[in-house]
Parts: sequence; structure tokens; C-alpha cells
Amino acid sequence: MTNQRLKHRSFVFQCTHSLNEFCSLANSLIINYKCGGDEKRVDSRTIYVGHRPCPDTEAFIPSKFCDNRIVSSKYTVWNFLPKNLFEQFRRIANFYFLIIFLVQVIVDTPTSPVTSGLPLFFVITVTAIKQGYEDWLRHKADKEVNKYPVTVLEDGRSVKKESEKIKVGDVVEVVEDETFPCDLILLQSSREDGTCFVTTASLDGESNHKTHYTVPDTEKDLQALTATIECEQPQPDLYKFVGRMHIYKQEQEPAVRSLGPENLLLKGATLKNTKKIYGVAVYTGMETKMALNYQGKSQKRSAVEKSINAFLLVYLCILISKAVVCTTLKYVWQSKEGQDEPWYNQKTQKEKDSNMYLKMFTDFLSFMVLFNFIIPVSMYVTVEMQKFLGSFFITWDKDFFDPEIQEGALVNTSDLNEELGQVEYVFTDKTGTLTQNNMEFIECCIDGFQYRYRDTQSELDGFTVTDGPVNKLQQKEKEELFLRALCLCHTVQVKEAGSEVLADQVDGIDGLLLQPEEERGFIASSPDEIALVKGAMKYGFTFLGLESKRETLLFCKGADSSIFPRVRPEEVDRIRMHVERNATEGYRTLCVAYKQLSAEEYAMADTGLREARLALQDREEKLMAMYNQVEMGMSLIGATAVEDRLQEEAAETMEALQGAGMKVWVLTGDKMETAKSTCYACRLFQRGTELLELTVRTLEDERLKSWSTANQDYGFIIDGATLSLVMNPPRDADASQYKSLFLQICQNCTAVLCCRMAPLQKAQIVKMVKNSKGSPITLSIGDGANDVSMILEAHVGIGIKGKEGRQAVRNSDYAVPKLKHLKKLLLAHGHLYYVRIAHLVQYFFYKNLCFILPQFLYQFFCGYSQQPLYDAAYLTMYNICFTSMPILAYSLLEQHTSIEILLDNAALYRYQSALEIANNAMLRWHPFLYWTVLGIFQGLMFFFGVRFLFSNPALQDNGQVFGNWSYGTIVFTVLVFTVTLKLALDTRHWTWINHFVIWGSLAFYVFFSFFWGGIIWPFLKQQRLYFVFANMLSSVSAWLVIIILILLSLLPEILLVVLRKPRGPHSRQVYFSLPFPLLSLNSSFLPYPSYFLIFSLIYILFCSSFILHHVLTRCDVTQSQPITRYLKLYSYVKQWLVSLLVAGLH
Amino acid sequence: MMASSYSAKEEDGLHSGSAGLGGAAIRTRKPDNTAFKQQRLPAWQPILTAGTVLPAFFIIGLIFIPIGIGLYVTSSNIKEFEIDYTGTDMSSPCFNCSQSFSWNSTTPCRCVLFFSLDQPFESNVFMYYGLSNFYQNHRRYVKSRDDSQLNGDERSLKEPSKECEPYRTNENKPIAPCGAIANSMFNDTLDLFYIDPNGTKTQIPFMKKGIAWWTDKHVKFRNPGGSNPNLTAAFIETAKPVNWRKPVYELDTDPENNGFINEDFIVWMRTAALPTFRKLYRIIQKKNNMTPTLPRGNYSLEVTYNYPVRSFEGRKRMILSAISWMGGKNPFLGIAYITVGSICFFLGVVLLFIHHKYGNRNNSSDIPN
Repeated sequence: MTNQRLKHRSFVFQCTHSLNEFCSLANSLIINYKCGGDEKRVDSRTIYVGHRPCPDTEAFIPSKFCDNRIVSSKYTVWNFLPKNLFEQFRRIANFYFLIIFLVQVIVDTPTSPVTSGLPLFFVITVTAIKQGYEDWLRHKADKEVNKYPVTVLEDGRSVKKESEKIKVGDVVEVVEDETFPCDLILLQSSREDGTCFVTTASLDGESNHKTHYTVPDTEKDLQALTATIECEQPQPDLYKFVGRMHIYKQEQEPAVRSLGPENLLLKGATLKNTKKIYGVAVYTGMETKMALNYQGKSQKRSAVEKSINAFLLVYLCILISKAVVCTTLKYVWQSKEGQDEPWYNQKTQKEKDSNMYLKMFTDFLSFMVLFNFIIPVSMYVTVEMQKFLGSFFITWDKDFFDPEIQEGALVNTSDLNEELGQVEYVFTDKTGTLTQNNMEFIECCIDGFQYRYRDTQSELDGFTVTDGPVNKLQQKEKEELFLRALCLCHTVQVKEAGSEVLADQVDGIDGLLLQPEEERGFIASSPDEIALVKGAMKYGFTFLGLESKRETLLFCKGADSSIFPRVRPEEVDRIRMHVERNATEGYRTLCVAYKQLSAEEYAMADTGLREARLALQDREEKLMAMYNQVEMGMSLIGATAVEDRLQEEAAETMEALQGAGMKVWVLTGDKMETAKSTCYACRLFQRGTELLELTVRTLEDERLKSWSTANQDYGFIIDGATLSLVMNPPRDADASQYKSLFLQICQNCTAVLCCRMAPLQKAQIVKMVKNSKGSPITLSIGDGANDVSMILEAHVGIGIKGKEGRQAVRNSDYAVPKLKHLKKLLLAHGHLYYVRIAHLVQYFFYKNLCFILPQFLYQFFCGYSQQPLYDAAYLTMYNICFTSMPILAYSLLEQHTSIEILLDNAALYRYQSALEIANNAMLRWHPFLYWTVLGIFQGLMFFFGVRFLFSNPALQDNGQVFGNWSYGTIVFTVLVFTVTLKLALDTRHWTWINHFVIWGSLAFYVFFSFFWGGIIWPFLKQQRLYFVFANMLSSVSAWLVIIILILLSLLPEILLVVLRKPRGPHSRQVYFSLPFPLLSLNSSFLPYPSYFLIFSLIYILFCSSFILHHVLTRCDVTQSQPITRYLKLYSYVKQWLVSLLVAGLH
Repeated sequence: MMASSYSAKEEDGLHSGSAGLGGAAIRTRKPDNTAFKQQRLPAWQPILTAGTVLPAFFIIGLIFIPIGIGLYVTSSNIKEFEIDYTGTDMSSPCFNCSQSFSWNSTTPCRCVLFFSLDQPFESNVFMYYGLSNFYQNHRRYVKSRDDSQLNGDERSLKEPSKECEPYRTNENKPIAPCGAIANSMFNDTLDLFYIDPNGTKTQIPFMKKGIAWWTDKHVKFRNPGGSNPNLTAAFIETAKPVNWRKPVYELDTDPENNGFINEDFIVWMRTAALPTFRKLYRIIQKKNNMTPTLPRGNYSLEVTYNYPVRSFEGRKRMILSAISWMGGKNPFLGIAYITVGSICFFLGVVLLFIHHKYGNRNNSSDIPN
């Protein structure tokens, strides 16, 4: 259990008398060694308690520290507008639209500035309002904190102050259930023993009570206290604090007391079970540890967004090249006599006067403006809306509702919906995520005999070893010792309403009495300990008056790997068998050892520890060395086994994830055997899985297993110590080589288990995988504060609303009540979101390409004069009204495969009937190319189809002719219908909403066109479209051309749909057999050479789109052998680890 | 063909309703169990398969090919006669007119072209003038008009829109109609004479009305001064367009076809889509059922050559065309329909072949899967 270790680390300093940290410290020792020492701060600050000058020091210099104001808001009233606008226009898309708008305002452009200004204004305003509101909320929260009334002792009087006025050196009074307004050094507590209790739930998610201590020997009268505190400069580590307090008394040498984290009360923590405390402020405001730890969640960007940006660049290039081509051709064309300024079309005086190069530049800009619709503002709006609205389906899903906690899923960011459908690596915590974190004491083993809980009686199991000591008396004594250790060696507190907390942090050395009262709630730093104490209670052990015979016993409890080196080896073998058997059954095991200390030994240890605690530098190392010294030569009493049940459907979920091609890595702080058995239970490791182990244990083992190379299924196990060796090799040479070696092994294994991990290492691993080749999408799932780092690091972080506080949920992107919900979240929701948004993005680019392409082609026929083909109303409305709703409905409702099928066939997560989905496949370059080719093909069809129709513009049966606006309207009508019907063809799931929106927007287009052309609009300068649409519909030819162009444009798509059907292996054959017979068709056909040309062009495009789409979709994944790499890494790590272990332990 | 799935929406709704009654006191955050929120809206799930699309291909083919043939036949039955009278060649009768053109000349230049029709035009004949390399769709040109002035707005008459520059004012008087389009109105006069085998010339009677869109003539274009018949008074204080020979109120003697509502003017004001275009000039109406509108024989086209196109290498044509239900002669649609119909039919055959050959194997291999 990861958590446990983390907490032990923090507790080590608080439970000065409890010895259980000995083991855990030893346990974390290896890691601390390997992780590399933290850099030490040389600077320190001096604080005068109560701002009283000290007699000793030369002069009282009140140093300047920052005030106690917390500022988390980004804007003020004054800088909101400029700063927010600046932030918004830093987005490349917004900036681009701003530029287009400005060009339209400044230069004489074909379209009015309104066409781009209005949408931009809308987007900017909505975003500004949203951000402004969020900042207002932050301001409110800041104010609440900063104006909170606190009591400060000033010249012996209690003064009420606002929290923000606290200065470093102030003595602050805090009463029960209040949070500390800044980081305080505890001077005085209302409790007799000079302690106080604190919960740090809002800081690290740990809800248990922690004990903090007053500085020893401070006077009761704080008024008379004259002292200075010397401590390090603020640093963000919550569990580290080093300081020294000089207490000046009259006519005495100043006393020096060491200060550690046990004396420091952190801002944000809450005082519990203690009436009142006084403390002196050491860090205030933004220098408090909480503020230093506060980091705005960095914006996670989805791979889709990156794809969009890449496509945008392509389209920007298309746009610029179009503008360049048009500008160049314009000047080439104009250079011909009489073309530039024929008698019927004279320039204005202003145009004649302007500089030729300036003219060229403004022409270029005009073309940019004319074609700028190819990059639509509306796409951003639609994508944002799709994400925002789409995330509601996750919160609404009743399958995510957990009746136990009465909560459903929670979506913290909607930006990553589609990322859920792309996950390749799942990093999961074990305890509380894979398992329930609900411990139950199963059995214990004392001196080689197994005891199993049965009917409140401890009795011998049939498992006893025959050659063991059968001395009943001696056995009884051992049992007693064992249970005593269980009862004493823990951090359990008894929760009792109203009464004092009893029996915590029991002093093991003096054999103090513990009387756990039945039917009481227990609170402890780890659920293991609760289970153990409860287990001890079941055995009927309540310690009553166990009078010590003046002997001092040192009890020690910890993981086998840390205990075994400290006990006599001959004792180990008897217990080890039990421990290992329990571990493989999936139980969590702990070993208990003891040592008799003589009075001298005790005194020595005590002074040694005191000295170590006073050290300002290397305190931890000194303490650890001391602990190590004391903890040698202990004797082992027994071991315990605690069961941690698997979460509901954990195995099914893991199987589904693996079936979906995801690689599941378990990152746990727990020990290898337990974690391994959990992995087996979750079916992450199968019976046939070849396990590659790279742990301290296997490295100690000299023999190396022989590997069966035939096996394709590999599992990999590594532990924290080895991992840190791989990540931070002692030699800087080959550092990256081993890292990549490690990564390569891991990538070829189906499941990887990393045990004994520190939270930071979890994040390190996630980061390493995230940054590896191909940058795979990673997902982290966890429930505790120790998972926060990896949740923040991964592309998608998922929090489980578990027992270990809300910290993980708060920092996650999505939170679900149970692990089993992950399956539907990924396989159904994520998958659908990805398909939807990928289609949305591609469709948007496609529809704007075939929208703008005819306009581009028209330039060749209008003398490159930037004449728009479509009316301004159509230009503006195309993306906003006519084609936006169907795709939005599609992107919210589409289920190309029903949710049930997706859940039943996990493999669909990656491949869907010849349609690849994994690796962002729908947004890679070949589908993009396919869509682009389709857009170009259709754009060409639209334009040239109508162009050939207009070779004789007399299209009405009364001989009257059509003009340029009729031309544009016909093209536009074909365009709107084709683009909408293309979406209709892609829609696999027609709800009434889809019907309504698709047919509705077509009807709306027709209605709008009639309406727009039916009235002489007084505010328009030109009545361009007056009755154009109605006249168009009165022409049979126009109808016929519209029908055939729509059909012809959709024909390749229909064909593709037909040919895509087969799921079998022959589908590809069918594909490739098709395009070639078609090519032979057009040779003996078509009378006119010009028509022949056009249709052969169509065919070429038609076929090339086929070929491109399907030749490019091949992507081979080669499975390489991890064995050889493993052996290489193995030998390296072994060599270094053994030497380091030797150095560390001796 | 079309697989459909409907989920039991109503039943679920009932369940949640009854559950809500029991736990009304505790407001749980349990999500609503509605079909929409659970993404279980009843949906039609069409699956296009070879079985669906194959008949569609054949049907499209079978419908389009006859339509195409019909269109093609109709189009090729439309008689059309075209004559270029630009006068770029020395041999052309209009050569002199085109060479000696000057805006200031007071005497109009005339030229006569002779041609003969091999086949008679039986029904109404529509006479078009065609211009080539004339960019009526140039942006500067297209926007150079003032629609509110043309709609009879008095204020715009006095003060035309800025868009009309540089054809906005002349000698400090506002130009009516302003703008480049109006200024460059086509002003050649074309007259058609039938030359009897015995040599007598009879002028073919033209119809000037009915050549512009009805809505343009009656709504979009209106003379200033409302129903006041005195157009000259309405256009006082305005100048004629620079290149016009006569002011707008003298375009025609018929008051219903004069001023802004002159149909020649309206037709010109509808800017063409492409640089080569034709515009309806006159309609020759069929007199009776006995005689063809234009019988076989020799004709002469008398042109009053006012419109210069040589400077921009333009071309001028006179087109006589019959009109069918699909408009003027245009083989494109017929060919397109025949082609698409044939492609569909052909694809239908190919797909059927593929489906027949591979489809069975696919099905059999799918079963073990």
C-alpha cells in the first residue's frame, strides 16, 4: 500500500516515542538513498516571537516578510479587459480572426467586416464573461480567506484582526475546529501534555488526526517569552521543516530547542480535539506551504486539439497559396493590354493614385479575406459546444451512479472527452482502486504457528510445523508478546465523541497500558492498522495491568523486506514461508519483531535520538542512522495477514481494458508479493504470462530463470528501488540508454507491475511513458492523495471517489465512484466521443473546403477581381445556420455502434470493421487527405457543373437569362444539400433529433433563401438576391443540374459505404479489385473532348481518393522480443543495486 | 436492409417515476433515467449494404439514362443560329465601323451582314446579343450600381451611392443611372430583315417586352417620381451616363418601357456570371400556325455599331435561338445525365459481379467468426 508508506514518512517525526516508524523508515531508506538527497537551503530566516527584541542579538531588525494575503485571482477590475483580451488573442485562432477582421476594416475587401467581426466578437465576449465570472469567484474565495477574523496577542491583549494583517512573528490564537491562518510554530496548547491534534484533509487528503507538539520548555506566560526562531526559507514540501528556537531567559544561557515538522502547524489544516492553541507565525501569505503547493492545474490539451492545429496550418497554407496564386495571376492577367482598365470599368481616382506594390499587398489581403472562410470560427465554437454538452452525458449516465455514496460521475474538464477513447496506457493504483481498501484481519503466525480467527478463539491450525517448539508456556508468552506488539505499535486513535482521545502513539518503550474500548470508531493513518487492532480485539486481548518487570521492550512492525534484515536469520525461515504463502494469496503481510533493551541501551538510544533531532542539517539522515543502530539484532515474533478485497468487477474491468488493447500498469506502494497476487486476481497476469522480475529480491537471487521464448505474453515487475536506479543511474553515462531499454521492455509487456513506488516515482513513470516514442495517450486512475501526482501528470486523470479523501477527485479530470465504471467510461463514452469529434473536425474542414473552392475557381473567370461567388448572407450563414446544427447533433448523438456492443467487444475500442480508431487514427494525415480530396472533388464538381450549365445562361423556358448571383446561388444550393446529405450518409444513428435537424436545416435554407430574396431590404445597398432563388427554382435545368451534382458528389461516398461493409479478411481484396476496371471505362465513351476531360478528371479523383484512403490505412505493429533487452537491463541493474545495497546497509 | 432498434423508453420512465415517489424526501443526485440522458433515444439505424445500394444503382441508371437521352434530344432539336459581327476581319462588313469608332461621332456607323438560314425556326425565336471577354462579373464593376436609385428613391437620385465612383457625378450633376454597369449599357441596334427570293426586304417585327425578369421590371426597378408620366421632369438635375448618347428618359417612346424600367436596361443591369455571355435582346413571336416564325432563306442583319469592344479584344455576336422547356440549347445536361446514368448502371453491374463472386465467400467466412 503506497499510502501507508507515505504516511509513515510523515509520521516519523510526530510519533517520537512510537517505534513503529523504525521499520517503515528503514523501509523508505532505500528509496531515499536512491531518490537522491534533496537540496538543502542554506538561507534561513530569523523571527522574533511577538516582535520582541532579544537581549542577546546586536540589534532588533524587523525584517520584511510578505503579508498574509492570499491571491489566487488572475485579474483586477482595471486590468481585466486588456489582460483578458491579451490572453484570448494569444490563442492562434483568435489572433488570426482578429487579423482578418482588421484587414477587412482597413482594406477595401470583397466582404464586409461584419461577416468576420460578428462571430469573433461573440466568441470573445462569451469567453471573457466566463473567465470573468470564474475570476470573480476566486476573488470572493480570496476575500473570504483574507478577511477571516483572527485573534492576535499584542502586548498581552487579544486583538481581533483580519487574517491578511498577520505578520511574521505575531502570536496567533486558534480555537478548536478553526483552520490555521498561516504557518505557525506551536507555542502553547490547552491540552495538558502540550500537544494538539490536527487534520490536514484539505492539504493532502488525509483525514486522520495528527499530533503536533509544543516547543519544549517554552514558558507558560507567552508575554514573558523572549525568543527567536531561526528556520529555513519557505519551501513547498509539506513534511519537511527544520528550525531552531532560541529561548532567552533572564540571567541564563539562551536555551536552544530544535523545531521540526511536528512543531509546525500548516495553513489550511484544522485544529481538532484541542480547545485552544497559541502559535507564532513563521510563514505568511504566499510563502505558506499551502500557497507554495498551490499550483493552477496546468491546462491539459487533447491530441485532437493538436491535430486541429496541424490541420489548421495546412489550411492556412492552402489559404495563403490560394491568395498568392490569385494575386500573381491577377497581375499577369492585368499586364495584358486593355484588361486592367477597360473603358467600361474605369478605376476611381484613389485606385489610380495608389502605389503598385501597396496595391499588390492589399490585393493579397483581399484574397485572404475572400477565402478566409476556409478556416471557420464556427468550428471552435462547435467543438467547444460539443465538448461542453457532450460531457453531460457522462454525468447523466445512471450506470455511473453508486447507491452507496449517492453520487454519479463527475466531469472536471470537458476538454478531454475524446481522449478517453484513445487511451493506450492505463496506470492504476492498487489499494482503494483495484482493491477496496477495506482491510480485514485474516490470520497471524506466531513463531511459525499459524493462527486463524475462529469464533473469538485463537487456536492452532493444522498447519503447525512439527519440529517447532511445543512448549506451551513459551508459546503463550510469544503470543502475548505478539499481540502486545500489535496493540502498541500503531497510530490508531480511538474516536469517541466528546471525550479525550485515548491511547494514541503509545510509548512502546515503557510498556504503557492500552485499553481499546470496544464498539468505538478507530481512526488511523492506514486501514491496515485498524484491521490489526480490531483483529487483536477479536482475539480477546485487552491489555490490563501488564506490569513491566523493569525490562524495556522495543517492538517493531513492518514489511518483511525491512524486518528480515534486522532480525536473526535463523528466525526468518520459519516465518518466511507463511509470509510468502499469505502474500501469494493476496493478503497484505506485516512482520512483528521485538528486542529487549537494557537501561543503558535505552538511554543511549534516547540521547542519540535527541541529538539527531536538534540537528539543523541532515536531520533525517542522522535520525535514520540512529534508528538503524538501535534496530539491529531484533527477534522475530510473528507475522500478520490482512485481506484487502478486490473492487467489484475489478477483474472484468481489467480484462476488458486489456482486450481493448490498453496496457495496464499497476503502480503501487505495496510490496511485490501482495501486488503480484492482486494482479493475478485481477487477471492482469494470466497463468501463461511470463513474468520478468527486476526487483531487489530477484537480484539477490543468484540464479536466473530460463525463459521460454515461445511465449508471447509477458508481464514485468519492477520495484521502486530498482526503478530509481534505472531512472537516475549513479553514473551519468548510459543514463538514457537504460531508460529506453526499460521503456522498450515495458512496451512489449501486456502488464507491468511497479511496486514499492513513491508518489513522485509514479508521476515519473507516467511522464516517461507519456514522452516516449509516438507519445501514447496515458490514463491514471487512483483514489488517494498519493495518486494526485500521477493523475496530474497523465493525459487523462481519473479519480475514484474512494475512502482516502477527495484529493484525487479534486485533481482529476473525471471522477467515478468505482473502478468498474472505467470500462464504460472508456469503451463506450470515450470511444463514441472520439469518433464523434474526429468526424466533426474532419467534416468541418471538408465542408469549408468545398465551400470556398468554387469561390477560388470563380476568380479565374472574373478577372481575379475578388468577386465573391456567393452573396454575403450566404457567406455568413453557411457555417452559422445552414450546416452547423446537423453536425452538432451528429457529434452529440452519433452511435455508430451501439453502447451494448461496444461494451461486449472490447476489441472494438481499437478497430472497427476496417476502420482504425486507435492512435488518433481518424485524425491522422491519411483520413485528412481523404476528406480533403473529397472536398476538392466536390468543390470542382459544384463549380464546373454549374459552369458548363452556364455556357448558355438562357436557362428559363421564357428565354430569359441568369446572372452571376444565380450562378452562385445554384452552386450554394448544391453545396448545402451535398454537405448535409453527406452527413446524413455518415449518420448511423438516426434519432428524431437527427431527423429534425438535418431536414430542418435544409428546409430552413430553402425558407431563408425565399425570404431573403423575397423582400427589398431597405438596409442593404444592393438587392443582389432579389427573387434569384425563386427564379432559379422556376428553371427546370437548374433543378436537373442540382440533382445530378448532388448525386455525383455523393457517389464515391456511397460506393465506399457499400464496399466498407465486410468485416471478414476479404474486404481488402474487394477494395483493390474495384478502382481498376472503372478506369478502363472512359476510353470508349463521351463524344466531346472537353467533357471527356472533365469526367476523366472526376474518375481520377474518384479513384485516387479510394486508393489513398486504403493504401495508407496500413500500419504494422511489430512485436519484438523483450527477453534480450530484459537480460541486458537485468545485469546492469543487478550490478549497481547490489553494490548500493551493501553500501546502504553497512 | 434497414435495421432498426427501438429501446423501451416509456417503461424506464415509469420506473424512475415510481422510485421518485418513495424517496421524495431525500433528494438524491441520481441521474434522471430518461432515454435522452442515457443515450437510448429510439433510433433508426440504416445500414447501407450491397443489397440496398445495388438496386439503387440500377434504378438511378435506369432513370437517368432516359432523362439524359430526352435532354440530349431536346437540346439538339433546339435550333440556334449565331453570327459574329465584331468586325475584326478586313472582310467583315463591320470592319470599318469597328476601326473608326469614336465616342464623339454624331453620325452612327451602320453595317449590314447577310446570312441564310438552312432550316426554318418554327416557334418563337429569341434574339440574343453575345459578348465575349467582357468582364461583367468584375468586382469593381458588379458593385458599381445604386439599387435604391434604380428603385426610384429620390434621395439616391440626387446623391448616388459612393459605390458608383467614378461614374457618380458628371459636371457636378448626379448621374442617373449611376455606376459602371449602367454607363456601359449595350447600345448597338440590331434589325433583322428577311430577303425574299425575289429580293424584297421585309423587316422582322421584334417584341421589346418580356425580356427581363418580371420581378425586376415591376418591383426592383422603378422610375423616380412615382406614377408621374413626365419622366423628363423626374430626371431633371441629373446628368446622363458619360458614354450614353441619350438620357435615360429617352430610351424608349413607350412610357411603360422608358427610364429605369426599360427592359433592355434591366437586362443589362443583371450582371452576367462569366466573361462570355449572352443577353436576351428581342423576341420574335410566332404569327400563326401556318408559317414558320423565320422561314428558310436569306436574311440581313443591320447593325447600328455603337458599342466598341476592340479595345479589350472582345467579340460581339447575334444569336437566334429557339427555347424549349429546359431553356436554350445546351448539350451539357443531357450528356451529364447519360454519363452518370451509365456510370451507375455500370457500377451496378460491377458491384453485382463482385458481390456475387466474393459476397458468398465473405458470408461463409463470417459464420465461424
